[in-house]
Amino acid sequence: MERRLDEKLAGLKNMLSEMSELAETMISESVRALMEHDTGLLANIEHQEERLDRLQVEVDENCCRLLALYQPTAFDLRLLLGASRISTEVERLGDKAVNISQIAFALSEKQPIAPSEKFPQMARMASEMVHESIHAFLTLDVARARLIIQRDDALDDLKNQVTQELVDLMKRDSSVIDCAIQFLVVARNLERIGDHATNIAEDAIFVAEGRDVRHGSEPSPYRPSASNLDATTEQAT
Amino acid sequence: MSAEPAEGTKVPKICIRNLKVFFGNVQSLNNITLDIMRQEILSIIGPAGSGKTTFLRTLNRLNDLSPSFRSEGQVLLDGEDIYHPSYDPVALRKRVSMVFALPVALPMSIYDNVVYGPTLSGAPKKAKLDELVEKSLKAAFLWDEVKDRLKTSALRLSGGQQQRLCLARVLALEPEVILLDEPCSGLDPISTAKIEEALVALKQDYTIVLVTNNSKQAARISDRVAFFLMGELVECGSAIQIFTVPKDTRTADFVTGRFG
Repeated sequence: MERRLDEKLAGLKNMLSEMSELAETMISESVRALMEHDTGLLANIEHQEERLDRLQVEVDENCCRLLALYQPTAFDLRLLLGASRISTEVERLGDKAVNISQIAFALSEKQPIAPSEKFPQMARMASEMVHESIHAFLTLDVARARLIIQRDDALDDLKNQVTQELVDLMKRDSSVIDCAIQFLVVARNLERIGDHATNIAEDAIFVAEGRDVRHGSEPSPYRPSASNLDATTEQAT
Repeated sequence: MSAEPAEGTKVPKICIRNLKVFFGNVQSLNNITLDIMRQEILSIIGPAGSGKTTFLRTLNRLNDLSPSFRSEGQVLLDGEDIYHPSYDPVALRKRVSMVFALPVALPMSIYDNVVYGPTLSGAPKKAKLDELVEKSLKAAFLWDEVKDRLKTSALRLSGGQQQRLCLARVLALEPEVILLDEPCSGLDPISTAKIEEALVALKQDYTIVLVTNNSKQAARISDRVAFFLMGELVECGSAIQIFTVPKDTRTADFVTGRFG
């Protein structure tokens, strides 16, 4: 039976999908601005961030309204909780992209060292993680979500490699310290994007299965212990 | 709303084992096995015709009043089979009492409504009756509203007050188990809230089984919820589990309003 709530939930998913597309674009453009000294992209990133912020507020307002009016349960309830959390994560992705774009602008005049070639690779990986995590949420694909959580380690490794390269550079030439520190911040922001994508993937698992896998723990969904309290009959599956 | 009864209270009051209920050739309940704990509120939810009320009426043998009724399996109250031929159904109904959907105030005073049951089974002293009336009306969250007009007709009470009077009348019998069949179906939200408040307070001393068509009510006040469908118990779990992560898709479809 098609319910009115289904239509509203579909609208909410569309908004999250749009937020995700915006965030992915912002991430790739901010890194392109850094690599290619293309400050023309910055206005576009700022414009996209405004749209992202508005969408976050809209998603939250919709979640609040649907909770109050429909008092959802089970999957519907988990979907609304997940959507609210994910909109916050995606909005923060936008903040990270803005941080990178601001560094790109600050360094556009003078860069004593070239940005790491690993930055585009990190940006690509981070964007893919964002795309995949949102898709896992929209399609309730738990296997996909679990792959993203595992993939975060690869992004962390890249960040560590970049950090080591920059530290070595600074040790050799103190005149590059200011610029190298900015690049460290870029690496940190890209790594944090992976963390947000991981959080989204964890929310996707919660929505799909009611299983809270945050912070490395994976307890059973609200299932009572094996006490006789849960005297579910043999008919129940 | 608590997910589980407090520690140390997980003692079964009623054990239902492989219960099947028939009315003539029609089977209404199919192989129900379920424990109902002391000091808990167990809510029974399910669509119309799922067997909720039949199940409830089985617990104090009200179905016996139908000539075509027949049952198989066991319903054990404190370990004793209530369907054993030697078990007295009248004594059973004193221990396991029922509040019905439609409040029926007897055409007499509020006071006499409450003492009606106890005086039928003897004639306690006036002081004892006074004490019983106050205690029962307080437990039903009605005392403050009627204490100054106990001798007025119960028929002058509002629907919500009459339902709480019915609850007080049941409590005056000092039962061990209270069965409620959609007790708030005709009540406004305030009256509903008062009944719910009373039930949550009463579970400290009673075992409560509530049939409700209001799944939000089940979520608000139950310790556990059992979902019935077409005479079968599909799933029974803590209220939070049933309403957030139901195990069975049929339960999920029902609690999210896809059918029922």
